[in-house]
Amino acid sequence: MEFHTLTAHELLPLIKDGKAEPLQVLRSLEKRIRGVDPRVKAYVRFHESLEHTEAKAGEGVLAGIPVTVKDIICTRDFNTECCSRILEGFRPPYDATVIRKLKEAGAIILGTKVNMDEFAFGSSTENSRFGPTHNPWDLARVPGGSSGGSSAAVAADEAIISLGTDTGGSIRQPASFCGVVGLKPTYGRVSRYGLIAFASSLDQIGPITKDVRDCALLMNTISGYDPHDSTSVDEPVPDYTAALTGDIKGLKIGIPDEYFVEGMDPEVKAIVGEAIQQLKKLGATHTPVSLPHTEYAVPVYYIIATAEASSNLARFDGVQYGWRAEAVKARGQNLIEMYSQTRGQAFGDEVKRRIILGTFALSHGYYDAYYLRALKVRTLIKNDFDAVFKQFDCIVTPTSPTPAFRIGEKAADPLQMYLSDIYTISVNLAGIPAISVPCGFTRNGLPVGLQILAKPFAEETLLRVAHAYEQSTAWHTMKPKL
Amino acid sequence: MAYETVIGLEVHVHLKTKTKAFCGCSTEFGNPPNTQVCPVCLGFPGSLPVLNTAALDHAIKVGIALNCTVQEYTKFDRKHYYYPDLPKNYQISQYDLPVSKDGFLDVGTRRIRIKRAHLEEDAGKLMHASQISLVDFNRSGVPLLEIVSEPDIRSPQEAYEYLAALKSILEYLEVSDCDMEKGSLRCDANVSIRPQGSRELGTKTELKNMNSFKAVKDALAFEITRQTELVEQGGQVVQDTRLWDPRESKTVSMRTKEEAKDYRYFPEPDLPPFIISKEKVEAVCKTISELPKEKLQRFVREYGLLESDARILVANKKDADYAEGLMRAWPDKNKKPVVNWLIGPLAAAASDHNTSISGLNIPGGNSELIKLVAFVEEGKVSNLTAKEVFSDSLASGTPASGIIQQKNLFQVSDTGTLDTYVQEAIRDNAPSVLAYRSGKANALMFLVGQVMKKTGGKANPKVVQEILKRRLDNA
Repeated sequence: MEFHTLTAHELLPLIKDGKAEPLQVLRSLEKRIRGVDPRVKAYVRFHESLEHTEAKAGEGVLAGIPVTVKDIICTRDFNTECCSRILEGFRPPYDATVIRKLKEAGAIILGTKVNMDEFAFGSSTENSRFGPTHNPWDLARVPGGSSGGSSAAVAADEAIISLGTDTGGSIRQPASFCGVVGLKPTYGRVSRYGLIAFASSLDQIGPITKDVRDCALLMNTISGYDPHDSTSVDEPVPDYTAALTGDIKGLKIGIPDEYFVEGMDPEVKAIVGEAIQQLKKLGATHTPVSLPHTEYAVPVYYIIATAEASSNLARFDGVQYGWRAEAVKARGQNLIEMYSQTRGQAFGDEVKRRIILGTFALSHGYYDAYYLRALKVRTLIKNDFDAVFKQFDCIVTPTSPTPAFRIGEKAADPLQMYLSDIYTISVNLAGIPAISVPCGFTRNGLPVGLQILAKPFAEETLLRVAHAYEQSTAWHTMKPKL
Repeated sequence: MAYETVIGLEVHVHLKTKTKAFCGCSTEFGNPPNTQVCPVCLGFPGSLPVLNTAALDHAIKVGIALNCTVQEYTKFDRKHYYYPDLPKNYQISQYDLPVSKDGFLDVGTRRIRIKRAHLEEDAGKLMHASQISLVDFNRSGVPLLEIVSEPDIRSPQEAYEYLAALKSILEYLEVSDCDMEKGSLRCDANVSIRPQGSRELGTKTELKNMNSFKAVKDALAFEITRQTELVEQGGQVVQDTRLWDPRESKTVSMRTKEEAKDYRYFPEPDLPPFIISKEKVEAVCKTISELPKEKLQRFVREYGLLESDARILVANKKDADYAEGLMRAWPDKNKKPVVNWLIGPLAAAASDHNTSISGLNIPGGNSELIKLVAFVEEGKVSNLTAKEVFSDSLASGTPASGIIQQKNLFQVSDTGTLDTYVQEAIRDNAPSVLAYRSGKANALMFLVGQVMKKTGGKANPKVVQEILKRRLDNA
């Protein structure tokens, strides 16, 4: 049986009733990966194979379910390299909190990780030292990023469920490009302990799944306060699957004017418009709202995110772990030389670009004009959302202004690339949760995602709306031909 | 022209906590390298800091004791610089919102203002072999409190006294070992000179690498002379950071202002800001026991001590507690005899044994010491003999009273016995008797000496003198 095509909630009863052995599921998955991954290239370091993956199902709510993990989340048993040369061979001495929780829930962590933009810096998964991942719906196109490996693997049935990370849209945008479900939780909902930091005040780990129910299942396991993460919040974790009632009658939706503007792909606009009509049919009402500081989100984001990144990436210096420049090893004399050779040779261009931007923003004499001002505008952006959520249950927008673009199309133009996140970035700045759910296809057969936003810790609302919408459509049942 | 010296001190102290500032590793000193480390204090990717609230409590305590305002809202910041002993290549520190600020410390009659006291984490320790350098991260992440004074100190001696007073307070608060040898207290100094009467600050230099209070004093003295000579010769002081070279007894320039680092401070996003409530400050305040100044006043009040004696006794908390125990055990209201012993023979012995007075291991304990002092006061043992007995007792481990009995060192005060010796002395030293009677008072001391000689030093000289006088004056 082709277990790899199933969702976690379909597999769980089979495993429980003995109709599927965890090892059979794993073998089915491995066969699929061997079959299609040479074209999709979602997995990295596959030579490590799945042999090292322990196929024993423990007790727990995810017993026997294989989980595919982005190369940025620490796993004690397997390399975690952020798809960067500088972390070549790095095997963390500990498990991230989410990994520990998944293991405790009986899930099986795959021993090979999935591709991403180096250190999650990118929107296309082209900035990986292992080369780009291809979109399963059109192999000439990008899967989005930075969690492109996770999304492509889930879309191509090379994964059952997957963990991605989202700093400015890195879960939602690739989920949208690949026609799968991706949720960015409220900042503080999921522990960041063991997530190799890109921008500490924006990063969150979240699920990338084939449908909304799996998303809820995964959230049940990974959410919650963690004493090892001072920014995680001690809010009770509900049973998210209980929110999947299918009922959204009376739901009040806000549609922000600022998100439907020039530069938006007309097909995406039409498809998202139809999706909003569908929500209306299900009993929701929608009203135009305003998020007046939206236009500042991209510049604010690129100041805060790069500033934090320049600091977080300072530790990669070749001293304790990872890769160190060979020539320097031989000379071993000059400390600064060791730092600059190692960092100069091991970081990719986009990483260097962001470190330089961030270093500049934090420099003496520029801090007030850039970083401090960005923090103030960030508060205004958050206030915009607070005001809307006083009257509305959620906000609905496209996830991305365009469907998946061609590999190489934006690689030479970082500014164009940065703009592909304009609908997702504000969510991270405000710290609120958002989900992307498939809502149709372009004439070329490319998936389009619908983004739903809610107030902090209202993941149940997101899941309820996304699930009601999903169940009234067939988009989530579509599979790419590979 | 006369110049005035302007000094400001930056003191770093290790806070005495069981675990490090941001992880659960032990802070114990002296263990094999890299045996007290974890992903957090090694700065491993993905690890996150969690504040040890004991360190924050200690910092609040110091803030209160230094008369600072403890800030209601405090946060941490990252300070960036590359060095192999700094695993994240940034240090978690505090920039614009330190735990406490605007306090003062009285040194003698002068008030030295405290600018701020902030929490931060220590770095690891580099060890250099011939071709390689190794890092020990046991110290990485140990909580530090940096206490910064205003430029209110006016001489190297005052700097020394400020450090001694600060150390004393920190020890009283039991927040730090303050051991410079173990690196649990470090001090950097900023120093400049200006024409006497001027209000503007001169160009300062920053001095580092002083590993004792005396080194701080010496380095400052050297630097003041250097700056003064430079200015008098028409030169200008260049703002730089200088290292104290204890072997050469001079300061050497390490880097100038132009080479100063840009630390790129920004708020630590992994640690949310902390609110320190008034209730919290009050609760910490209640845990502060008596401070040196208060103890000094109480010693003067309760035990009738001279302020100068009390000042010596309260400098070190353990010694002060020990001294108080001894004073309480002394049955008489007048505590002077024990105090004299504490700041005399005991202090000398402590210095000989490389310890403090409370660290002395007195055979038979305090009761033996009390007995010995009582013997002296009662005239049973001479002061000189008692000091020798005390020293023998420490060396041999035999209680003092045992030594006195074994060697029969009690003074002879019996007038009947002594009278015989006195009469002998008068008989044998006629010229001296004559001299005394003709008004030479010194001759009496000679006769006392003769009696002492005959009794093998055991005679009570006071009694001898009284008998002699009686016999000579009345005859």
